[in-house]
Amino acid sequence: MTGKAQTAPSARKARTSPRGGTRTTSPGDLDIDALLDDPTTEIIVCCGSGGVGKTTTAAAVALRAAEKGRTVCVLTIDPARRLAQSMGLTELDNTPRPVQGAAVDGGSLDAMMLDMKRTFDEVVEQHATPEKAAQILANPFYVALSSSFAGTQEYMAMEKLGQLHATGTWDLIVVDTPPSRSALDFLDAPDRLSSMLDGRFIKLLLAPAKGPARLLSAGFGIVTSALNKVLGAQVLTDMQTFVAAFDTLFGGFRQRAEGTYALLQADGTAFLVVAAPEPAAMREASYFVERLAGENMPLAGLVVNRVHETGADGITAVDAESAAHKLSGGTTAAGATAELLAIHADRMRVAARESRLKKRFTAAHPAVPTVTVAALAGDVHDLEGLRLIGDLLAQKA
Amino acid sequence: MALSTQLHVVTGKGGTGKTTVAAALAMSLAGQGKKVLLCEVEGRQGIAQLFDVPPLPYEERRIAVGLGGGEVFALAIDPEAALLEYLAMYYRLGRAGKALDKFGIIDFATTIAPGVRDVLLTGKVYEAARRKDGNRFTYDAVIMDAPPTGRITRFLNVNAEVAGLAKVGPIRRQADSIMEMMRSAQTWVHLVTVLEEMPVQETIDGIAELTSARLPVGHVILNLVRPPVLTASTRDALAAGSLKTASVAKALAGAGLDEAAAPALIAGGAAHLERQRLQDSQREILDACGRPLVELPLLTDGVDLGALFELAERLEALP
Repeated sequence: MTGKAQTAPSARKARTSPRGGTRTTSPGDLDIDALLDDPTTEIIVCCGSGGVGKTTTAAAVALRAAEKGRTVCVLTIDPARRLAQSMGLTELDNTPRPVQGAAVDGGSLDAMMLDMKRTFDEVVEQHATPEKAAQILANPFYVALSSSFAGTQEYMAMEKLGQLHATGTWDLIVVDTPPSRSALDFLDAPDRLSSMLDGRFIKLLLAPAKGPARLLSAGFGIVTSALNKVLGAQVLTDMQTFVAAFDTLFGGFRQRAEGTYALLQADGTAFLVVAAPEPAAMREASYFVERLAGENMPLAGLVVNRVHETGADGITAVDAESAAHKLSGGTTAAGATAELLAIHADRMRVAARESRLKKRFTAAHPAVPTVTVAALAGDVHDLEGLRLIGDLLAQKA
Repeated sequence: MALSTQLHVVTGKGGTGKTTVAAALAMSLAGQGKKVLLCEVEGRQGIAQLFDVPPLPYEERRIAVGLGGGEVFALAIDPEAALLEYLAMYYRLGRAGKALDKFGIIDFATTIAPGVRDVLLTGKVYEAARRKDGNRFTYDAVIMDAPPTGRITRFLNVNAEVAGLAKVGPIRRQADSIMEMMRSAQTWVHLVTVLEEMPVQETIDGIAELTSARLPVGHVILNLVRPPVLTASTRDALAAGSLKTASVAKALAGAGLDEAAAPALIAGGAAHLERQRLQDSQREILDACGRPLVELPLLTDGVDLGALFELAERLEALP
């Protein structure tokens, strides 16, 4: 650990080489090993729509980096039960714990599962006096906000990332993003929460406490009476109490949100967009790539998971089917071969469809390095499985 | 007489194809001559993509006609538009609605205020499911392409979300009426899954959560199921390793194909077998959960409008 991690993101040295270092593979291929070997890579964010294998990708990347000798922490959001168990994530205590069996050559891997309410509570406790914190934590509006606000999980994932990074304990943090309604929510969450917290509405709620005369315009009257009508007076009172108690924390929140955003844009950060070769997931990936570019977020590349490959692509689907037709009804071996050819024909069709989707993506985003990971027959739920995924990601399988 | 028309809520883990299943169910009901409303609530425009129509506005629009003379209407529910509509409809708050918007309150209510967004989204579905033309419901069925399994109970259980905040008042009353409909005999929550470990586990957890929230669980729809291609003898030979490369190579050569492909074809067969085993073990787990299962096959050419008709036929068994 060089101590570099503790410096503010903006103070970090500008990168002179492209992300992932000098590529030795053909242009257009994402070189995961170069990315992990590059000591300036400090944060890897895996994002993509739900069900594409983000968590598994994040875990596999983290394990591979640890086994390359790096000091790694992986922050997961909602891992599959058995995958979580294999990483020793049996309790959700919001603290990174070492993953047994993952440390070699001086590297190490810690893993943690996000507890969003607890993370939110900790931020409050850290920024407010004990009495005030207790007051906030007990407020019904805060309880609802911290446990069910649509963006809280996204925001807290980024908050936790900032916290872990600031400790300087790890030289690489791999973060999995929440399965959002839209895969982009986590980018918006910090800004949305902070702009909301010092937005006009909050000022309006604070107004009675700060001298109402100034804001007692016609608009204000209509607004409060409408709110009372729809929500009921008690809700408004709860919100006012919450906002008044939270007032002193707003500045801190905004600052933190800005810091997190800057961290995501920093040179040491690399985004991996994860997708599956399905139209919806690829569409989402395309949108994500454009959005990251728009926000000046450093994109490392696209990972397309669960791609169907076949070792016999010299035989077309049509040839396989006509041969299967010829062979069926013959000897036992001929019949079995016919069945294998039928499976092969199906695979070739799926592969052709997936390849069209990938080509469409590449045509739209020629500059985005891409790697495909073959579909495995079974589920991944142990370190051995993660190592295999790591090899596939690095094209070393 | 029921207070609302049939409501099918379709949920499922991300990537399991719940939008496809919701659309196929709509086509299935339209195929039986019904007038159906298909709603999406997550702003993804998945329905428009599937039916290959321009993005859906906040407006009920006919997107398909069923073979049996039924019709499919679609609606993308937008919480902000729903809130303004709601304010105008119930409170005649045309002017205040604009003032609320100016103060950032519409944005606040639909993004930050806990539970309000879900009340608005389910509230619009509630309104459509209860709407009548004369003494008949406007729609014979309303289908909601709902949030994923992990969030569905919280989403549908709006009054629990709102109860902690609004103990009285119109939002609370609205939430209570929505809950009454969600728990009625007219509503079914169908869970879509694929036969893999994590989605199946999530489905089982989802059923337990829905049941404990007294929300009615309908069918479990097994999507993207790979049909078994292998006969018993080939399966046994593959499993025992007794299907020899040489004999497959010979058969390939006899059919005019490259015999060098034999090992890859055998490996492909073994992988298929492995996936079948995994599918079977996951199906057994779901069988034990006691809900009726419906299977939809994996369509190797992907899902287009024609494929929706094909899937729709298999969903005719649903209520």
